[in-house]
Amino acid sequence: MTTLTSARQFFREAPWQQWTAQLLAIMGIEVRKNFLTRRSIWIYLVALGPLVLIGGHDFLDTRWDAEQMRRDTEILAGIFQLYYLRLGMFFGCMGLFTWLFRGEVVEKSLHYYFLAPVRRELLVLAKFLAGTVSATIIFGVAVFLSFVLLYLPYGESGRAFVFSGPGLGHLAAYLGVTGLACLGYGAIFIAFSLVIRNPIIPGAFVLLWETFHPVFPSLLQKLSVMFYLKQLCPVAIAPEGMMALFTVVAAPVSAWIAVPGLILLSAAIMVFACTRIRHTEINYLAD
Amino acid sequence: MTQDNKIVFENVSKFYGEVLGVNHVNLVLPPGVTSLVGPNGSGKTTLMNLLTGLVRPTQGSVTVLGLTPNDPEEFFRRVGYCAQFDSFPKGVTGYEFIFQSLRVRGLHTPECHRLTREAIERVSLGDAAGRRVAGYSKGMRQRIRLAQSIAHHPTVLVLDEPLNGLDPMARAESIALFEALGKEGLHVVISSHVLHEVDKISDHVVFMSYGYVVAEGKIHGVRSEVKEHPMQILVRCSKPSVLASKLFSQDHVVEAKLNDDGKGLLVRTQDADQFYLLLNQIVLQEDLALEAVAPADDDVNSLYQYLIGSDGASV
Repeated sequence: MTTLTSARQFFREAPWQQWTAQLLAIMGIEVRKNFLTRRSIWIYLVALGPLVLIGGHDFLDTRWDAEQMRRDTEILAGIFQLYYLRLGMFFGCMGLFTWLFRGEVVEKSLHYYFLAPVRRELLVLAKFLAGTVSATIIFGVAVFLSFVLLYLPYGESGRAFVFSGPGLGHLAAYLGVTGLACLGYGAIFIAFSLVIRNPIIPGAFVLLWETFHPVFPSLLQKLSVMFYLKQLCPVAIAPEGMMALFTVVAAPVSAWIAVPGLILLSAAIMVFACTRIRHTEINYLAD
Repeated sequence: MTQDNKIVFENVSKFYGEVLGVNHVNLVLPPGVTSLVGPNGSGKTTLMNLLTGLVRPTQGSVTVLGLTPNDPEEFFRRVGYCAQFDSFPKGVTGYEFIFQSLRVRGLHTPECHRLTREAIERVSLGDAAGRRVAGYSKGMRQRIRLAQSIAHHPTVLVLDEPLNGLDPMARAESIALFEALGKEGLHVVISSHVLHEVDKISDHVVFMSYGYVVAEGKIHGVRSEVKEHPMQILVRCSKPSVLASKLFSQDHVVEAKLNDDGKGLLVRTQDADQFYLLLNQIVLQEDLALEAVAPADDDVNSLYQYLIGSDGASV
């Protein structure tokens, strides 16, 4: 009862307006930084890489019938699940989110944030949201362009697939999964950046974890971002040979559980990150 | 209760692993200008970082006007810190640098513009404000960081080596600014290597060496505590040899040396108060014309030499 009362009092008296203004101000600075920094060029290249492949396919292929469209739909699913989710977004988020705090330490500018009247938890949240927005826009645009480029050569039948068939649903699902992937990976990498200086070792560990999670016990599988994302993808990839490791879902859950599940997992990681930042000290020399 | 307008260090120690930052620091700093003086590695910056919460004490506690950095919203509304890091967010202009730091505080845009312009004016950087900080000279970067630390009108201003890289004109302007802020009732805590300039504006001084506070207080108070170095007092008067002969009979007078021009003498005494009383008596008895009496080593530089052992000017 006392906890409930104090929680109520907190929510009633907390300076929400002030926090919102600070959150938006930090997000504005960080989003601009994420998009305009030279370090982001490789993330753009990683995101837009498949467009070259799809563009080449459009240019070289001459068959535009229903059978080809079915195959292309599977190819897009493969590009999305095997390239974007497992590599592009993974490494893109690793580069972007680990740099949110590490970059400030390397450039010796983190103390400006720490000397502002901003709760450090709010700073973590603002940077995380800025990273999520940036990564989602970069990869969302890339996925959208991949989709458009793939179905554009089909002309009328392509339009019918998108607007009268399942196409638009597929696109919405791909974009939704993209946002969730950036959210999940982002939470992991921002938390890692607050614990470990070099992101390569934890990055490799997370990559292995995300790759081999299907062979883990059911409970451990739920601690994987890919576990939730795979089952939200609109087109399944045939589980053949080694590919089964990447495509099979051993104990599937519904989208109603997968989406909140991933958000909860991300929230739990963010709580850890917020706890961690409270004890962070400025000691640039040690870095 | 009365500590609510003071900066208080209570038995504060800070270790970086096995390396000592500061040890067992007990300080109470009242409003006014306080200078932290000591050689490189003496713990000045650590003390300032502890004060502003950039590092946390291994032991003890620090409160500023009764607040701690655990309540950052209230704490950093009152505290401004111009740290020694000569670094900035990438690609910003001087104006953007200050404007953004005010936006992060949650202030409204027009208010941010007003405070930014005011701060830039205060450090005389109006012409360069629209240029990128990366192209600034060292002195300009120093001034824009100073502007950023005072833009929100703090009541406690902490300045780590604020005179570094400034040309003589900017240095004089900055010192005048610190002095004015101190007189306005602010806490201004300064660390500086330029002892003779710090000396002019300091109300209090804290001497540090190897992570320990060696002495602290008002300069005159600290000087009188240094018993092993007799105080030097310069007296300009008529008949200095008469004065010298009278002084020699006193136990507390260690030395009385006539000036080369024959119009005064330098006295070294172990009890300045006794000396001043005696001087009054001698002036009346011997009908001396007294022109000036001034302590010759009652300054930060001399104290630095006595307490820390090297020449303060070469720190």
